[in-house]
Amino acid sequence: MIKAILVFNNHGKPRLIRFYQYFPEDMQQQIIRETFHLVSKRDDNVCNFLEGGSLIGGSDYKLIYRHYATLYFVFCVDSSESELGILDLIQVFVETLDKCFENVCELDLIFHMDKVHYILQEVVMGGMVLETNMNEIVGQVENQSRLEKSEGGLSGAPARAVSAVKNMNLPEIPRNINIGDINIKVPNLSPFV
Amino acid sequence: MALKMVKGSIDRMFDKNLQDLVRGIRNHKEDEAKYISTCIDEIKQELKQDNIAVKANAVCKLTYLQMLGYDVSWAAFNIIEVMSSSKFTYKRIGYLAASQCFHEGTDVIMLTTNQIRKDLSSPNQYDTGVALTGLSCFVTPDLARDLANDIMTLMSHTKPYIRKKAVLIMYKVFLKYPESLRPAFPRLKEKLEDPDPGVQSAAVNVICELARRNPKNYLSLAPLFFKLMTSSTNNWVLIKIIKLFGALTPLEPRLGKKLIEPLTNLIHSTSAMSLLYECVNTVIAVTKIVLIIVRINILSCTVVKYLGLLAMSKILKTHPKSVQSHKDLILQCLDDKDESIRLRALDLLYGMVSKKNLMEIVKKLMIHVDKAEGTTYRDELLTKIIDICSQSNYQYITNFEWYISILVELTRLEGTRHGHLIASQMLDVAIRVKAIRGFAVAQMAMLLDNAHLLAGNTQRNGICEVLYAAAWICGEFSEHLEDPLQTLEAMLRPKVTTLPGHIQAVYVQNAVKLFAAVLTRRETAGEKQAAQETTEMLIEKLPQFVQSADLEVQERASCILQLVKYIQKLQAKEVSVAEEVTALFAGELNPVAPKAQKKVPVPEGLDLDAWINEPPSESESEDEKPKAIFQEDEPKHSRPRLTELDEQELARRREARKQEQANNPFYIKSSPSPQKSYQDTPGVDHIPVVQIDLTVPLKVPGMPISDQYLKLEEERRLKQKQEKKDKKKKKKKEKHGKSRRHDSAHTESEEDIAPAQRVDIVTEEMPENALPSDEDDKDSNDPYKALDIDLDKPLADSEKLPVRTHRPSRTEGLKSPDVDTTAEEQRPKKSKEKDKKKDKERKVCYFSGHKDHLFNLLQNPSNHQHLNYKVYDIQGNLQDGSQVVVSVIFENNCTDFLKSMEFNVLDSLNTRLVRPSGASVHDGIAVPFQLPPGVSNEARFVFTVQSIVMPQKLKGTLTFIVKTEDGSTHEKLDFKLHFTCTSYLITTPCYSDAFAKLLESEELKVNALKLDSINMPFHHLLAKICFHHHFSVVERIDSCASMYSRSIQGHHVCLLVKSVSMPSCGQ
Repeated sequence: MIKAILVFNNHGKPRLIRFYQYFPEDMQQQIIRETFHLVSKRDDNVCNFLEGGSLIGGSDYKLIYRHYATLYFVFCVDSSESELGILDLIQVFVETLDKCFENVCELDLIFHMDKVHYILQEVVMGGMVLETNMNEIVGQVENQSRLEKSEGGLSGAPARAVSAVKNMNLPEIPRNINIGDINIKVPNLSPFV
Repeated sequence: MALKMVKGSIDRMFDKNLQDLVRGIRNHKEDEAKYISTCIDEIKQELKQDNIAVKANAVCKLTYLQMLGYDVSWAAFNIIEVMSSSKFTYKRIGYLAASQCFHEGTDVIMLTTNQIRKDLSSPNQYDTGVALTGLSCFVTPDLARDLANDIMTLMSHTKPYIRKKAVLIMYKVFLKYPESLRPAFPRLKEKLEDPDPGVQSAAVNVICELARRNPKNYLSLAPLFFKLMTSSTNNWVLIKIIKLFGALTPLEPRLGKKLIEPLTNLIHSTSAMSLLYECVNTVIAVTKIVLIIVRINILSCTVVKYLGLLAMSKILKTHPKSVQSHKDLILQCLDDKDESIRLRALDLLYGMVSKKNLMEIVKKLMIHVDKAEGTTYRDELLTKIIDICSQSNYQYITNFEWYISILVELTRLEGTRHGHLIASQMLDVAIRVKAIRGFAVAQMAMLLDNAHLLAGNTQRNGICEVLYAAAWICGEFSEHLEDPLQTLEAMLRPKVTTLPGHIQAVYVQNAVKLFAAVLTRRETAGEKQAAQETTEMLIEKLPQFVQSADLEVQERASCILQLVKYIQKLQAKEVSVAEEVTALFAGELNPVAPKAQKKVPVPEGLDLDAWINEPPSESESEDEKPKAIFQEDEPKHSRPRLTELDEQELARRREARKQEQANNPFYIKSSPSPQKSYQDTPGVDHIPVVQIDLTVPLKVPGMPISDQYLKLEEERRLKQKQEKKDKKKKKKKEKHGKSRRHDSAHTESEEDIAPAQRVDIVTEEMPENALPSDEDDKDSNDPYKALDIDLDKPLADSEKLPVRTHRPSRTEGLKSPDVDTTAEEQRPKKSKEKDKKKDKERKVCYFSGHKDHLFNLLQNPSNHQHLNYKVYDIQGNLQDGSQVVVSVIFENNCTDFLKSMEFNVLDSLNTRLVRPSGASVHDGIAVPFQLPPGVSNEARFVFTVQSIVMPQKLKGTLTFIVKTEDGSTHEKLDFKLHFTCTSYLITTPCYSDAFAKLLESEELKVNALKLDSINMPFHHLLAKICFHHHFSVVERIDSCASMYSRSIQGHHVCLLVKSVSMPSCGQ
C-alpha cells in the first residue's frame, strides 16, 4: 500500500499532497517538513530509497523518491510494494503529467493543483495502484476534461474574460513568474509495458 | 429564476478562482497569513451563496488551502453540497475536497451515504468513477457496511473503468467491514480472469494485499496465480504475483520447485530491472540457493547496491555463512557516502557477527565512529555497536574487559544522546558478570577521576549519564577498588554540583559506600587517625550537596551528613565503627528479569479481581458511625476475644508468611550474617569463579585500550591453537597415530575459540514457577487480524451482504403512522405523509408553498434603487429555545454612500425583535456598519418567539441616508419578514435506529399531504429540504426518504418523502 504521495519543490514548498491515511493538517505539514529535510540533503547520485521517516509509519515504511528539476516526487510505501516498481510508477506519473500539460513545469503544478490531483486519481486510488498503462491514464483524463468542457467548466466564459481583464491591468503579474526554465525533463527509463 | 442565474454569474465575475488565489498568495509573500485569512473570509461569503458554481469554486480554493496546512473541516457540509451537484465538474471538485479532508471523525460523513449510492448507480461512468475514488479515501465502517452491496454490483459493471475501481476499493471495504470478505470473495476471484488487463491487475493487487497479512488462506489460489504469471505481460502484475509467491512458498514447500523454471525464464527475458530484482528476491526465498549477489554489489549503481544489501539481509536469515564471506564488501559499504546504504550495511553486520569476528567488526565500526560527521549517523553507529555486542545475552563476547573498554571509549564521543544506553550497559555488565567487577571498578574509578572531561561542557549533557553508572559501580563494588579514598575525593569535588540532580543523588549515596570501604581498610590497618581524617573530609564536603536545589540530593545529603557526624562522635570515643557502617550496605543485588512478574502464573483458585474484604457500602458505614459513638460499651465485649484470636492466628500466619517469603524471589530476605558476602549465598557457590589471569594489566588512563585487547586476543588465540595442536600431537603420539583424518580436517570453527576469561553471565532471575512460554504478546489491535478469514469454506446462507430495504413497518403498515409531527397543527402546510397505494402519477412535495415564499423573500424587495437586501437564513438559536436569529445581507447597488441604516420591525404578539434595554417598541436597531458603493455586508437580528407552531409575517422598514455629492437624502425601504415553521428547526443528525424507535413510540401525530407539479429530480428536492428547512436525511432508498429534524423547543419532526413516479425528472 502507498501511504502518502508528496510533491514539493527544492525549497520544501508543497505542490501536491495526498495522504491515504488520516493525519490532521498540522501533522501533515510536519511530515512534509521532515520528509523534505530528509530528502533534500541527499545528493542526486545516491540511491532513491530512504528509511526512517519517524512520523509516518515506522520500520515497515520506506520513502521512495525521484528528483526532477525543481521538484521532488516522494512516495511513502510499505513493504508490500516493490521498491523498483514504485520508482517506475513515479516515472509513469511524471510522464503522464508531461503529456497532459505538454512539457510540464513546476508552474503547471502550482496553478493547476486540482488537475494534478485528477491525474493522480487515475494512477493511484486509495493507496493502491490503479493503472500503470500511460495511454489508458491519459485517455481517461482527457475524456473527463472533455466532459468538463461540455458542462462549461468551473469558471465559465464570463469569469474567464474577467480574469483576463484583471491580468491585463496588473503589470506585475508576469514579473512574478520568474522561476526560470523549470520544465521537468523526463528521462527515458524502462516503462512498465 | 433566469434573473437569479444572471445575477449569479455577474457575482462570480468578482470571485477569485483557484489561479487568482495562487497568484495572490505569491504576490503577498511578506504577509501571506494575513492575505490567506482575508481569502478565507471571502470563501466563507461565497459558501453562503446559493449558486453552486460559486460554492464549487470556493471549495476548490479550500482544497488548495488545505494543502498549505489550513484546517478546512468547518466547510464539510458545503463540500457535501458540492458533491451532490448534478454537474460532473462540481461533483469532482466536491469529492476531491472530501477525499483530502474527510476522515472517520468527520461527523457529517454519514450524510453522504445516499449521495454516494446515487452516484455509484449513475449512468455516467465518470460520476461513478469520482465517487469510488473519493470513497476509497474516506470510507468508514458505516459507509462500508451500507455500500458493500452496491460496490459488489459494480464489480460486474459493463465498463472496465468502473470494474477496476470497484475491485480495488473492495480492499478498503474489507478492512473496514471484514464480514464482507467471504461473500465478496468468489466474485473477486472471478475478476482475476477478467478480459481487461486493468481489472485483472486490480484484482491481483487486492488479493496480494490480503494475502500478505494472512498468506495461508490464499494457498488455494496458487494454481490460478501460476497461470497468470506465465501468461501476463504486465510488469506490475508480475511483480505483485512474484512477491505473493515469495510469501506463499514458506507455507507450501512443493511450490518452490515449480516456480524455479518460470522465474528463471523471466530473469533471462525481462528488460525491466524492477521485475528482475523481484524475481531474484523470490528465487532466494524459494530455492535457498545463493545466487548472483556479489554481482549485484559490484554494480556501482546505488539503487542496486541498496537492494543488494536488502536481499542479503534476507539470505542472512537462512544462510548466514554465505553472507559472512562477503564481510569485507559490506564493511566497504560503510564508507559509502549514501546514508541509506550505510544503515542497511549496519543492519547486515548485526546479523553477521560471530565470536570470531566480533572484535574485528567492532573495531572497524569504532573507526567509523571517529570519522563520522553528523550526530545522527554517529548515534546510529553507537547504538548498533551496543546492539551487536549485547545481542542474545552477550553471546558473542569472549572478553568482557575488551567490552568495558569499548564502552569507556564510547564515552568520549561528543554530543551523543545515548549516554544512558552506555550507562545501562555498564551497569548490566558489571552486575551480571562477576568476574569482570574488579576491572570494571578500576575503569569506572578512572572515569570518575576524569569526570571533568565528560561533564565539562553542559552541552554534552547526554554523556554525563555515564557518570551515574560509574558512581554506582564504584560504590557498590567498592571492595574491588585499589584506592577508595582517591575515588571518594573525586566524587566530592565541587564541580560535581553542576551535574544533573539524579546523578548527584547517586554520587551522595555512593560516597557513603566508599566511605564505609575506606573506614574498613583504615581500621583493619589500625590507622585510627587516618580514618578520622576521612570523616572530617566528608563532613567538610557534604554541605555543598545539602545546599542543592534538587530535593532528592538535598534530602540524602542532609541525612548522610547527620550520620557521618554521629560516626565522628563515636570515633572520638575510640569506638570502631567500620563494621556497622558497612552493614548499612550489606546484601547482594540480584538482576531480575524485566518480565519476571508477568511470568508468575496465578495460582489456582485465586481471583485477583475479587474483593479481599466485602467492599464497604457507603450507607452502611454512615449508619454505623453514630452507633459506635453512642454505644461505646459494645466493642468492649469483643475486644478481649479479638486479641485472643489474634495470638493464635498471628502465630499461624507468621509461620505461613515466612514460608511464603522463603519461596518468594522478590522478597528481600534477612540474611543470617549482616556482612556483605555474596559468595556465601546459596546458589552462587556452585558457579565456578575463576580468577582473571591477564598477563599485562592494561591501565593507561585516557588511552584507547580496546585495540590492544584485539592484539592480545589474536595472540591468545594463536597460542591456544598451538597448544591444541601440541595436545593433539601428544594424543596422537599416545594413540600411535590411530586416526589421521581428525588432524587433517582441522579447521578453526567457532566452538574452538575459548573465551579469554571464564565468565559467568548471571542470568536474570526468574521466579521458580515461571511459565516457560516466551510468547510475546501479539498486538490485538491489528486491523488485519480481522481479515484472517477462511475463504475456502462454502458460503452459508446467512452470509450475505446487507441489502438495503426500506423499513419493513413502512412497507407493510399503512395502519401504523408513518410520518409524524409533534403537533399536527404545528406544521399545517408542510409536514406531509403520503399514502403509497394511491396516486401513482403524483409526486409528493412538501415545501412547494414554502419554497415559493422563500423565493419571494429573496427577490421581492430587492429592486430598490439604492439598496438590495436579502434574508438568507433564519435559524433557531441553539442556546435559547425561544429565540431565532435572522441573518440579512445588505448590498449597496447604487453609486452613492449609504449610512445611518436603521432596521425596524412592527412586532406581533408572538414574535418580537430583541431591542437594547430601554428602547421602546417603535425604535429601530442601528445597523452596525455603513455601505460604500457596491459593497455588501451581513447583519444579524435576534427575535423572540412564543409559539413556534405558526408561521409569521412581520412588516418592517429600513431607513437610511444616501450621501451624494450635492447633499444627503433620507430614504426608506419597506419589507416583509417571513417566519416559516421550519425556521424554528435545527438540523440535527439522527441515526436510523433512533429514528425507528421514535416512530414506534407513537408519541407523534400524523399528517399527510400530496403535492403535484414538482419537476425537479428527487435528490435535488431532498437537498433543498435539507438546506432550506434544516432537515437531515436519515435514510434514503430509491425514491423514498425519511428525514428528521428538531425544533428549538425540542420537538421531534419526522418526515417521509416519497416520489410515486418520476415522469418529469429530466426537465
